[in-house]
Amino acid sequence: MKEAFKELTRYKSALVGLFILFFLVALAIYAVVAIPYGEAIRLWRGSEAMWRYNPRTAAPAWIDYFTPKRLLHTVILDSEVAQKNVEVLSERTRRILITYTLDYKADVFPSELAVVFKSRYDKKPPRVEVIWKTPDGREFPFGRQIPSGAIHWYTVSQDKDLISNLRGAPEKILFQDPKDAEKPIKGIHTITIKAYVFESDADIDAEVIIYGTVHGLAGTDHLRRDIGVALLWGAPIALAFGLGASFGITISSIIFAAIGAWFGGWIDGVVQRLTEIRMVIPTLPILIMVGLFYSKSIWVILAVLIVLNLIESSVKTYRAMFLQEKRAPYIEAARSYGAGHLRIVFRYLIPRVIPWLIPGFVLAVPAYVFLEASLSVLGLGDPVLPTWGKLLSDAFGHGALYHGYYYWVLEPAFLLMATGFGFTLIGYTLDKIFNPRLREI
Amino acid sequence: MGGYVDNIKKAQITEQISVQVYQNPAYQSYTTEELRKLIEQKVALEIKRLGLDKPFIRFDSLYGFFHSRAFMYLINALTLSLGRSEHIYSSSGSKQVWLIIKERLPYSVLLFTTASLLVFFASLYVALILSRRYGSIWDRLSVALAPLSTAPSWFYGIILILIFAAILRLLPFGGLVDIPPPENRIMYALSVLKHMVLPLLGWFISGIFVGVYSWRTFFLIYSSEDYVEMARAKGVPGRLLERRYILRPTLPTIITSFALMLIAAWMGAIITESVFNWPGLGSLYMAAISQFDTPIIVGLTVIYAYLLGVTVFILDIVYAIVDPRIKVGGGTAA
Repeated sequence: MKEAFKELTRYKSALVGLFILFFLVALAIYAVVAIPYGEAIRLWRGSEAMWRYNPRTAAPAWIDYFTPKRLLHTVILDSEVAQKNVEVLSERTRRILITYTLDYKADVFPSELAVVFKSRYDKKPPRVEVIWKTPDGREFPFGRQIPSGAIHWYTVSQDKDLISNLRGAPEKILFQDPKDAEKPIKGIHTITIKAYVFESDADIDAEVIIYGTVHGLAGTDHLRRDIGVALLWGAPIALAFGLGASFGITISSIIFAAIGAWFGGWIDGVVQRLTEIRMVIPTLPILIMVGLFYSKSIWVILAVLIVLNLIESSVKTYRAMFLQEKRAPYIEAARSYGAGHLRIVFRYLIPRVIPWLIPGFVLAVPAYVFLEASLSVLGLGDPVLPTWGKLLSDAFGHGALYHGYYYWVLEPAFLLMATGFGFTLIGYTLDKIFNPRLREI
Repeated sequence: MGGYVDNIKKAQITEQISVQVYQNPAYQSYTTEELRKLIEQKVALEIKRLGLDKPFIRFDSLYGFFHSRAFMYLINALTLSLGRSEHIYSSSGSKQVWLIIKERLPYSVLLFTTASLLVFFASLYVALILSRRYGSIWDRLSVALAPLSTAPSWFYGIILILIFAAILRLLPFGGLVDIPPPENRIMYALSVLKHMVLPLLGWFISGIFVGVYSWRTFFLIYSSEDYVEMARAKGVPGRLLERRYILRPTLPTIITSFALMLIAAWMGAIITESVFNWPGLGSLYMAAISQFDTPIIVGLTVIYAYLLGVTVFILDIVYAIVDPRIKVGGGTAA
C-alpha cells in the first residue's frame, strides 16, 4: 500500500489529483471546525433576520479587482459615525437630528436601501423622517412614520409612496447623476434622520444601510445568505456522501461476490439472480420515491443508496476474479490446514483482490457526489443542510443565469468539477498501477 | 394491509368526501351524526371502488392471487391502462396518463436518440483512429480529458446555457421552439433544431470523453489478439484489418452497449430535460414528482420498463444477425 502511494506520486496527473483531494479535505476539516454542524444548519435555515445586513444576490467581493467599474461594498452608517443633535422643544418633547455623511465612490447603484430605527420609549413612540441630500444639493424628504417596537426596519427600496413620488426605484433615483441617468453621482451625500421623541427618557438611534453589489469571498444568494457557508459545508458533505456510498457499495458487493464464488451452487445462483434483478431496477426513480414519500435527509438517501446497491453489477466482475483465485494453490493450502469457509472468504479471498478494487472504488466517488447534486436539482436535496447541489439548484431555480448572477452557478460548479477531476485522476493512475496490463496500453 | 401509501390514499379520500358532503347544500338539514354516517358510507364505497379494501398481495391460493390488488395493477400496467392523472393535463386537455405520455414520448426520443447516436458513433470513430495512433499526443490528450465525463450532462447543460445563452445570447435558454412557433414547417423544424443544440452538446460532452477512452482501450486490447497480428503479418491493409478483424468480432459488445446507452439516455434525461425545459418524458417526470402525481410516476415507470423489454428483445434478434456463432434453437449442425 505504501509502495503504491509512492508510485502514485510519480505520476503528474495523480499529483494534481492528490493536491485537489488534499485541498478538499482541508476545506472539509476547516468547515467542520469553524462552523459546527448545528451552527451550519442554523445559518442556512435560520430566519432571514440572521442575514439582514447582507445584500441580496451580491457577487463575491474579489470581482471588484477584475472589472473596470468600481463596485459597491455594503455601507452601514451607524451612530458611531453620526452626529447627533438634541434640541429640547418642551418639557417632554425633544427633537433629535442624526446626521450621516456618505462618500459615494462606486460606479454602480446600490442594490437596496434600508434604515433601522432603534428606539427606546415607554408608551408613546417617536416620530421619524429621513431627509436625503445628494452631492449636487437636491433634497428628498421621505419616510415619515412612527417606528413600532425597539427595532424597526424601514426598507426604503420597498416604500411604495416613495417609489411613486420619485417615479422609480429609490436606490437609483437618489444616486442618479442628473446629467446622465445611467450613472451614479459621486460625492458626499448627507442623510439626516429627524426624530421627535415625546418622553423624558426616550431616545432613538438609527442605522442607514446602503446595500452593496458585492459581498464577502463568495457572494450571497436570493435570501441574503452567504454562499461561502454552503461552499464550505458542501465539502464535508460531498466527501462523506461520495466516499460513504462508494465504500459501502464496493465492500458489500465484494463480500457477496466472494461468498457466491466460494460456496457456488445455489448460493451463487441466488447472488447472480439478485444481481441481475438489481441491474434492471433503476436507481434514480427509487431514490426519487424515497425522497418523495419518506425522507429527504441526505443520510437516509445515502443509506437507501447503499442498501439498493448492496449487490451491483460489478458483482459479476468480482465473481470472475474470485473463481480464478479459488483454484489458487494457497487456497488449497489453507483448506488443507483446516481453515473454515468464512476464514477463507475474509482472510484469503477478499484481501487478494483488494488491489483491483481500489481504483474502482476511487473512480466511483465522483458519480455519487454528482448523484447528490442531481437529487438536489430535482428538488430532493436535504432540506436543512447546505450542499453544492442545493446551491446549484437554488441558483438555477431563481434564474441566476437569466439575471447574470454567474458566480452563484460557477462557484459550486467549480468545486463539483474539481472533486470529480481529483478523484478521477487518482483513480485512473491507480488503475494503471494495480492493473499493469493497462500500463502497456 | 398495503402500507403507508394506502393510508395516504385513504386519508385523501376521506378528506375529499368530507369536503364534498359539507359543501353540498342538499345535506344541510342533516345532523352531525347523520353526516358522519353518510361520509363513512361514501368513503367505504369509494375504497371499494378503488379496490383498496382488497389485500395488496396474497399467495394463499391462486384465486386469492388473481383477486389481489397487485395482480390488478399488473394487468393494468401490461395493458397500458394507466388510469387518470391527478393534476397534470395533456396539451389537448386530457387527464388520461397514456395520452399525456404519448404526447411527450416523441420529443424525448427525438432529442436523446439523436444525442446517443452522435455520442456513440463519434466516440467509436475517434477511438478507432486513436487506437491506430497509440501513444500520439492526441491519444494522450484523450486519456487526460477522460475525467471530464464524470460530470452528468445536466451539469454541462447549465454551463453551456451560461456561455451560449446568458453571455453570448446566441442560442435559446431552453424550450422546444421559439415563441410564437413559426407557421412554416421548415422554419419550425429549424427552430426545434436550434433549441436542440445545447442539450445535445451537453449530452455529447458528458458522454464523448469516457466513450472514446473506453472504446480506445477496448480496441487496443482486441488489436493485440493473435489473429489480428497474424492478419497484419500477412499484409492485410489497415482499413480491412479494422473492419474484419477488429470491428466484426466486437460487434455484439458494441451493439449491446449502444442499446443500453439508449435506454440510459431515456432514463437519465430527467434532469437534463428539466434544465433545458424540454417537453419530454423527463420533465413530465419532474412535474409529476413536484405535484405528487402518482399515476403519472407509475405510468412512466411502466413505459420505461416496456422500452427496456422491447430493446432487449430487439437486441436478441440483432445478435443473431450480426454474429453467426449465435443461433436460435440451439441446433448444432452447421
